[in-house]
Amino acid sequence: MNRVARVGIRGHRFDDLCVLLAKASPARSGDGLAGIAAASAEERMAARYALADVPLSAFLDEPLIAPETDEVTRLILDRFDRAAFAPVSALTVGGFRDWLLSDAVDAAALAGLSPGLMPEMVAAVSKLMRNQDLVLAARKRRVETRFRNTLGGSGVLAVRLQPNHPTDDARGIAVSILDGLLLGCGDACIGINPASDEPALLERLWRLLDELIARFGIPTQSCVLTHVTRQIAAIEAGLPLDLVFQSIGGTEALNRSFGIDLAMLREAHDAARSLRRGTLGEHVMYFETGQGSALSADAHHGVDQQTLEARAYAVAREFEPLLVNTVVGFIGPEYLYDGKQILRAALEDHFCGKLLGLPMGVDVCYTNHAEADQDDMDTTLTMLGAAGVNYVMGVPGADDVMLNYQSTSFHDALYLRRTLGLRCAPEFEGWLRDQHIVDEAGVPIEDARVEALADLRDFVERART
Amino acid sequence: MSPRDERPGEVMRSLKPLTPARVALGRSGVSQSTSDVLSFGLAHAQARDAVHAALDLPALRDALGRAGRDAIEVASAAADRAAYLARPDWGRRLDPASRNRLNGAACDLLIVLGDGLSATAVQRHAPALLAALLPRVSHLAPGPLVIATQARVALADEIGECLGAKFALMLIGERPGLSSPDSLGAYLTARPRRGRNDAERNCVSNIHGAGLGYEQAAAQIAALIEAGLAAGVTGVALNAKALNPT
Repeated sequence: MNRVARVGIRGHRFDDLCVLLAKASPARSGDGLAGIAAASAEERMAARYALADVPLSAFLDEPLIAPETDEVTRLILDRFDRAAFAPVSALTVGGFRDWLLSDAVDAAALAGLSPGLMPEMVAAVSKLMRNQDLVLAARKRRVETRFRNTLGGSGVLAVRLQPNHPTDDARGIAVSILDGLLLGCGDACIGINPASDEPALLERLWRLLDELIARFGIPTQSCVLTHVTRQIAAIEAGLPLDLVFQSIGGTEALNRSFGIDLAMLREAHDAARSLRRGTLGEHVMYFETGQGSALSADAHHGVDQQTLEARAYAVAREFEPLLVNTVVGFIGPEYLYDGKQILRAALEDHFCGKLLGLPMGVDVCYTNHAEADQDDMDTTLTMLGAAGVNYVMGVPGADDVMLNYQSTSFHDALYLRRTLGLRCAPEFEGWLRDQHIVDEAGVPIEDARVEALADLRDFVERART
Repeated sequence: MSPRDERPGEVMRSLKPLTPARVALGRSGVSQSTSDVLSFGLAHAQARDAVHAALDLPALRDALGRAGRDAIEVASAAADRAAYLARPDWGRRLDPASRNRLNGAACDLLIVLGDGLSATAVQRHAPALLAALLPRVSHLAPGPLVIATQARVALADEIGECLGAKFALMLIGERPGLSSPDSLGAYLTARPRRGRNDAERNCVSNIHGAGLGYEQAAAQIAALIEAGLAAGVTGVALNAKALNPT
């Protein structure tokens, strides 16, 4: 359907919803690379005027990607809950923004709405929202999940401890884990990105994490971020996996490029649940996403990268994950050019994921060819903390020596907790206190007499891959 | 001092040699100490400088001239660094003027030096790597040596197509990490032409001072070329055994 806006000295015409969404998007290099971005600043605003008048129900009637060719579209339409949608069914996209920000809409209203929201509706409204709107609206929506601890509670900022090593050396990995634990990090999970995908090595990593968590009774969960097929095979072989990880995207074609489909994710979800290793809950999946991945795999169907990212969240929520993580600055400047675009994308992704009901974390990060530095990461981290992000990454000194990019450090998490009065996941903080690692305020004690320090050191020194 | 009395800082400092990761950092309150902030800032500055450094063409020509090789200079369709970083598709295409300069007899092996994401890497390592490599491939009909600026790996496809090369070897600066701002990569593509994809290439990466040495890299590249010649293809189709000559 044609949509028109009378803005400036001439009218602007937009052929369909797909074009309209792309042209209404805040500027980013990836949409320029795809050739779908607004041609001028005025055209971008004209698109926003036109988008504000689009009824939310239009997204039900005009799928951006045909259901006949895309199983993610089919999933979105199949799961759409018309009763849950009722409170906003008469609204336009512009009216939805006002509704979200209104004082009458609280956490309960947003939680009830989630099953009635399509990712495209959430992406659309985000394009009319300023950064502060994305913070305020997301902040109202808490999403709690449980495996061995409780994540996402009010006032909690968790950390995924990311102890990567360029050659997967067990002692090298264990040193980074200990460094993070002693700085109060690791409650979201301890998750290793292995450099290799060799099964025997992966087995040693799973066993290493299992032994650590079991021997020291740490209320957290582990993950080795390899392909889902390797994890299913490992579960079948009887290995001790906590969480099952997979990178996912918002189109069937992108998921195929990752070597997965929805059926494979269902199989993985069932396999992980069959282990019954969670003590407090059954959230067993860990998903990673990121704007731009569909374009980079030539699987974008002319849809803008932010809307496709929101569609990935429809895939995620099908499997009730413990953690979802948008790796926002990893992809490079051809998709998100600088600190401004990375900040914007981080807030959009967090907002969209939360509204759809996901436990959103963000890898606040950048590569050395992006126009960004630590100051940009500080800004993004602080804004996400204000928005109520469930967790961020904890990498020693913010420098991932395996993946060669810069993320957030353990110290960055401590900064955010202190500045905004946030704490660890409660069960994890209890363990840290029992170990005398943190004080009553939850802050790591510099000169601590840590209960199990000698044993932890011994664990590190004896680790073998 | 018995192990029982050890404190976290001491333990972490003693374990630090086990990983290149930035563990055991000093604390100022909950923040990093000044020396650690400076050390990170320096590494990032060096990586940034490497990304934005322009090739010093006279110096590179000089270094190559000493090795007895003349070079043709070409540019991609990316007009400057900002365009290069935002539009990888432009970095994979020749600008029209450069394209018109590329006419020559067919050759077996075309070598392109591309600035990529680290001109520093090409400047520092390409001449020495060539000196180690050329004697190993002297039985092949060489094409002209091409220096390409604002270049992505796939730019060698179009250059190789213009020059009728059987194989294109792109020596290109890799994306700088905090620990390696000057890492060089070598990408080999059989029957180069526009539209080739990355699965059709083989790569020898991490060539720099603290990484793979020149002789070792040259041996691996030469072995890849021999294997590619025998198989008539490169990329995933080429047996990975070629990477480990014995």
